Amino acid sequence: MKYINEFRNKKIVADLSAQIVKLSKSKITLMEVCGGHTMAIQKFGIPSLLPDTINLISGPGCPVCVSSRNYIDNSIQLARFPENIITTYGDLIRVPGSQSSLDIEKASGADVRIVYSTLDALEIARKNPGKNIIFLGIGFETTTPSSAVAIQQAAKEKITNFFVYSTHKIMPPAMEALIDEGIQIDGYIGPGHVSTVAGSQMYRNLVNRFRISVVISGFEPVDILQSIYMLVKQHETRDKKIEIQYTRTVLPEGNLKARKLVDEVFEPRNDWWRGLGIISDSGLKIREKYVLFDAEKKFNLEDKEIKEPGGCICGEVLKGLKKPVECGLFKKVCTPENPVGACMVSNEGACNAYFRFSGYEG
Amino acid sequence: MRILDFLVMKDKILLGHGSGGKMSADLIKNIFVKNFSNSVIEALTDSAILSVGTSSLAFTTDSYVVDPVFFPGGNIGKLAVCGTVNDLAVSGAEPLYLSASFIIEEGFLIKDLETIVLSMKDEACEAGVSIVTGDTKVVKKRQCDKLFITTSGIGILEPKNDHIATGSTIKAGDKIIVNGYLGDHSAAVLMARNELNVQSSVISDVAPLNGLIKNAMAGNTIRFMRDITRGGLATILAEIVENHNFGIRIYEEHVPVRQEVKGLCEIFGFDPLYMANEGKLVAVVSPDSAESVLKKMRNHKYGKHAAIIGEITKNHPGKTVMESIIGGNRIIDKLAGEQLPRIC
Repeated sequence: MKYINEFRNKKIVADLSAQIVKLSKSKITLMEVCGGHTMAIQKFGIPSLLPDTINLISGPGCPVCVSSRNYIDNSIQLARFPENIITTYGDLIRVPGSQSSLDIEKASGADVRIVYSTLDALEIARKNPGKNIIFLGIGFETTTPSSAVAIQQAAKEKITNFFVYSTHKIMPPAMEALIDEGIQIDGYIGPGHVSTVAGSQMYRNLVNRFRISVVISGFEPVDILQSIYMLVKQHETRDKKIEIQYTRTVLPEGNLKARKLVDEVFEPRNDWWRGLGIISDSGLKIREKYVLFDAEKKFNLEDKEIKEPGGCICGEVLKGLKKPVECGLFKKVCTPENPVGACMVSNEGACNAYFRFSGYEG
Repeated sequence: MRILDFLVMKDKILLGHGSGGKMSADLIKNIFVKNFSNSVIEALTDSAILSVGTSSLAFTTDSYVVDPVFFPGGNIGKLAVCGTVNDLAVSGAEPLYLSASFIIEEGFLIKDLETIVLSMKDEACEAGVSIVTGDTKVVKKRQCDKLFITTSGIGILEPKNDHIATGSTIKAGDKIIVNGYLGDHSAAVLMARNELNVQSSVISDVAPLNGLIKNAMAGNTIRFMRDITRGGLATILAEIVENHNFGIRIYEEHVPVRQEVKGLCEIFGFDPLYMANEGKLVAVVSPDSAESVLKKMRNHKYGKHAAIIGEITKNHPGKTVMESIIGGNRIIDKLAGEQLPRIC
C-alpha cells in the first residue's frame, strides 16, 4: 500500500493542482474514456481541485453501460432454462433488460453465479458436466484476454459444456466515432488498463486524423492530475500527441502475449454501442475455430435492436453530451437500487459515480 | 410508462432488501412500520425506548444468518450476543437480559452448536448480561442454511439519556468519534468464504461495547451513538443529517482503516465507509467532551484506535461531505444496493 500512498499525497496533489491553474489559460474539454477514471475523479473530489477553464466529461468506457439491452435480454432467456448456469462478473446482474434483470431471475430460482475469473466459470463447468455453463464475456481490451484463455483451456481439455457469450468490445473505434459525430473534445484521458494490454499506438488515428490529444493515465489522483496537466500543456502549446503518463505499466506496443491470445480466439465485427449505434470493427466475435464454445451459435442467439426506456439519457451521457445531473430521472426515478439505465448500475458508470459522490459545490 | 412498468414488476424480495442501506429502509418503512404503526416503532431507533413508570427500558431484537457460521475472530453465537448488547448500549442503556432462539438445519453437528453456545456464554459473561429464555426449532435439510439465531434484549435507560438513540440534541460544533478501525468484520467474513483466493490475517472486530460506552459516557455529554453495522459509517452519517438544518464534515485521513483492509478494498472495489463492523460505534459528542471521550475510548481494549473523524457543521445542511485524502470534497450518501450479503 505504500506504493499507492505516494500517488495520493496531499502535497503533491496541491502542487499539481496549482500548476494546472497556472498553466490553463483557454477553455479545454477533456473526456475520461474509462469508467475507472470516472469513479476515481468523483471519489477523490478531483473536480473541486481544477480551474473553471477545464471541463471534464465522462465517456463510453464502462462495458456494462454500452452493452445492448438485447444482450441482457438474451442472457435472461438463457438463465430461464434449468439446464443452464449463467456465470458473470458482478456488475452485470443488476442491469435492467427490457422486462427483467439477472438478479430478478436469480431471486426467481435461476442459477446465476458471480465469478471473479473466467477460470472459476470453467471450474463450474468441470464440476457440472450435465449443465451448460455460459460465461457472459463482457469488457474491453482488459477482460478479453481472460475470456480467450478460458476458451483455449476448454478446447485443450475438450470441455463440451462451457460457452462464452461475447459482447467484448474495442475502445479506439468508439473514441474515433465520438469525434466523427462532432462532439467537442480537445483531449482524451486515455484508458490505462486497456492500453496496458493493447498499447498506445492504437490511438494514432486520433492524433493524426482528428488532431486530438491523448494522454494514457493511471488511476490514482496524482496520475490523473498529472495527465490533466500534460493535456493542458499540449492544448496551450498546440502540440497534439499521444503521451503515456502511466509509464509504470503501459508500453507503446502493449502486452504482446495477451494481444496474440485475443487475436487467436476473437475476430473484429461491427458492434452496437449504447448512445453511439453501430461502429464498424468495434466488437469481437469468437472465431470459427472455436465455434464449439460460442454461446451465440450454440443457442442461436439473435441480434435485434431494442428501444431504450423513455426519458433515459444514458446514450447522451455516454457521449459526454450531457452530465448525469441533467437527466430528469436522475436520483428521482433512477437510483442504484432501481436503475433505469445501465450507467446507474455499474460502479464505473457515470450516473452511479455521480450519484454516490457528487452534489457538493463550494 | 415503460419505466413505471419496470418498477412495478419488482415484486419480489431481493438480497439488496437486507443490505441495511436504502432498499432495507424502504422495505421497513413501506411494509413493517406502515402496518405495525405506533409511536415507538416510528422513531426507527436501534432499540425501542419504552417508558415504564418513571424509568425507561430499551428493547431490541436481531437475527443472525452469517455465512460461514465460524469466521476468524468469532462465530454466529458471539455475533448474536454482541450485536444485541451493542444495540442496547448505543441507545445509552445498560443491557441486562437476553433471549436466544435457534433455527437449526437437520444434520448440524451438536459439537459445533455447543462451541457456539459456549462462546455466547462467554460474551454474555463479559457483557454482564444473562441469557434468560429461548427457543429451538429444527428444520429439514435446505430449509435453512446450517444455523440462524435470533436474540432479543432489554436494558435500563436513565431518562436523562433518552435522547441518545434519536440524536435529538445534536448541534453544530459537535465532534464525531469512531472507536477504531472500520471494515474488519466484513473483510474477515469475506476472506473466510474463501471465494476469492486471497489470504489475509484480518479478524472480525466482534465485541460487546457496553463497557467502553459506560466509561465514555461517565462525566461526558454524548448526543448520539449508533453501532456501525450493515450499511457502514456512511449510511449512519447520511441518516444523522437527513432532514436537519446541519451537515457533517469528515476527513478521510482521520478515518481509521487498517492497511490490510484498505488493500482488500482496492482489489475488490469495496469502500470501508460502507463496510459492516460488529464492534464499532460512531458517537456524536459535545465539543468540550470530545477529548475526554477519545481518551477514555483509547484506554479501553475495544477503543485503542479511536479517532475524532469530523464535526457537525452549519454548512451544507442535510449533507455529509468528506474531504478526501487528497484534499478534494465529495458527498457521502447511504448505501445503495448491497455491498456484501449475509455478513451478520
